[in-house]
Amino acid sequence: MESWAPVRKGFAAFFALAAVFFFANCGGRGSAGPRGGAALQIKGSDTMVNLGQAWAEAFNKLHPEINVAVTGGGSGTGIAAILNGTCDIAESSRALEEKEIEKAKSAGIALHETIVALDGIVVVVHPSNPVSALTMDQLREIFMGNVARWSVFGGEDRPIVLLSREVNSGTHIFFKEHVLRRGKSKGPEEFAPAALMMPSSYAIAEETARNENAVGYYGLGYISPRQKVLAVGPRDGGPAVAPSIESVRANAYPISRPLYFFTRGEPSGAVKDFLAFALSPEGQAIVKATDFVPIK
Amino acid sequence: MKLPSHRFREFVIEKLIFLSGIASVLFVALIFIFLLREGVSVLKSTSIGSFLGGHFWYPISSPAKLGILPLILGSLLVTAGAIMIAVPLGIAAAFYIAEVAPKRLRTILKSCVEVLSAIPSVVLGFLGITILVPFLKNVLNLPTGLTAFSGSIMLAFMALPTIITISEDAINAVPREYKDGALALGATHWQTLFRVVIHGALPGIIAAAMLGIGRVFGETMAVMMVTGNAAVIPHSLFEPVRTLTATIAAEMGEAAKGSPHYFALFAVGIVLFVISFAINLTADLLLNRGKKR
Repeated sequence: MESWAPVRKGFAAFFALAAVFFFANCGGRGSAGPRGGAALQIKGSDTMVNLGQAWAEAFNKLHPEINVAVTGGGSGTGIAAILNGTCDIAESSRALEEKEIEKAKSAGIALHETIVALDGIVVVVHPSNPVSALTMDQLREIFMGNVARWSVFGGEDRPIVLLSREVNSGTHIFFKEHVLRRGKSKGPEEFAPAALMMPSSYAIAEETARNENAVGYYGLGYISPRQKVLAVGPRDGGPAVAPSIESVRANAYPISRPLYFFTRGEPSGAVKDFLAFALSPEGQAIVKATDFVPIK
Repeated sequence: MKLPSHRFREFVIEKLIFLSGIASVLFVALIFIFLLREGVSVLKSTSIGSFLGGHFWYPISSPAKLGILPLILGSLLVTAGAIMIAVPLGIAAAFYIAEVAPKRLRTILKSCVEVLSAIPSVVLGFLGITILVPFLKNVLNLPTGLTAFSGSIMLAFMALPTIITISEDAINAVPREYKDGALALGATHWQTLFRVVIHGALPGIIAAAMLGIGRVFGETMAVMMVTGNAAVIPHSLFEPVRTLTATIAAEMGEAAKGSPHYFALFAVGIVLFVISFAINLTADLLLNRGKKR
């Protein structure tokens, strides 16, 4: 029996350790979990997932008793979820569609709309590039690969090198739908196969700062003096507008959109608290930090 | 309880060692089964021919275009470029370190090679994007420096330590008598190295090159940062390419589970697995042939 002791001790130590880890895990989950009761489900736009999560994290520090869960799936998924009551706030990067308004009406739900942030995409080139404005249709031709040289737009006789974000980026999807597909979510238009897919806004900024041939796009928050920001002419032929927080807020800059929260009826309780936090100066600072445009 | 304690301990230890031994086999089998299970579902939305031979990769469009030919060619091109740089350089360096360099320099060089292998690939990629890419663009007058060639150079750096270390071991393992014999017959140092030692060390050198290729083919991060990731069929080393590994790394995070895109990424994983397996198998066959001779 005596010589069994080390083995048994080993087992005991193992189980003790396992138990410690197990309970440590439970504790971790419990503290973020619904200990106090309230849980908030936020669902919708993939563009806004990071923003929503950043809000949720900061909100959780102020209200540890409220457990906020943020998931993506798309604006349509979020709005469908708020209509059948499986989430408390729907994040959406577009306004309600006709269909959705009717569906809400027939179900007797009054959807409450709040604009919580704005999204503006800037088009950037190398500082030495003489081109300073392009129209939406010219951008469409460029990024679909139909125009290959800068000389077409009054630039130098250089090849155009297209820089895009990867397909997992909300910015990629917004640019494709808004510029290439002229505002439709489905269509045959695609980025040219030769477009370089950059893993981050940083990579696009770095390449445009060093390459005279490059043209790329990213969120307004990423502007720096190392790249030249193009003014963009709207599709209806109006004058080109330079992107800025003001022109995005005034809805004058063409590649921009409001980002919405939809709730069932007037927000109340935890939903109201979260909404108030998102609109507070602290919440809007998070908007800016995640490369979106604050509403005020 | 009736078992003597040392017998019991022996039994446990034996089984544990057995488990460790078969664990790697088990893991490989499980990984392959998992890949296969998830990956074959891509055939619901495309055929094998249009998956492997398709020219366009638009995974999130509807209907999605899932052709990975540009990705396969991209991976092969970057790997081939890296091997053309790293293998001659690595073997020459190994010969220098093992046979030519004075003792003091040898120790310094060997530790430098070790340091090179310790540099994380993200750091190499970062250097690539800030220094190498603009440099290549200006020197070679390219539209962009984000090309297969930039990736090849980065990967050559990553493969060099493997190739140098293993080749050097192979060279050191050549029996001293071979060298002594050659020198005694009046061969010069260079003739001895080039005609005698290299033959003795050849299987090891081939293994080194193959392991280097394996390392390069599976590398992701540095490649993703410097090759431009454009899914076009490349015509030269000086064009942007998209590799299989970079595609999985860039897109897996957001692919909706159960979508054709998701399954296609697993199928890309199968293709990677099969090609890596083929590379390792070739290395093994070459090594065995070398041994029998």
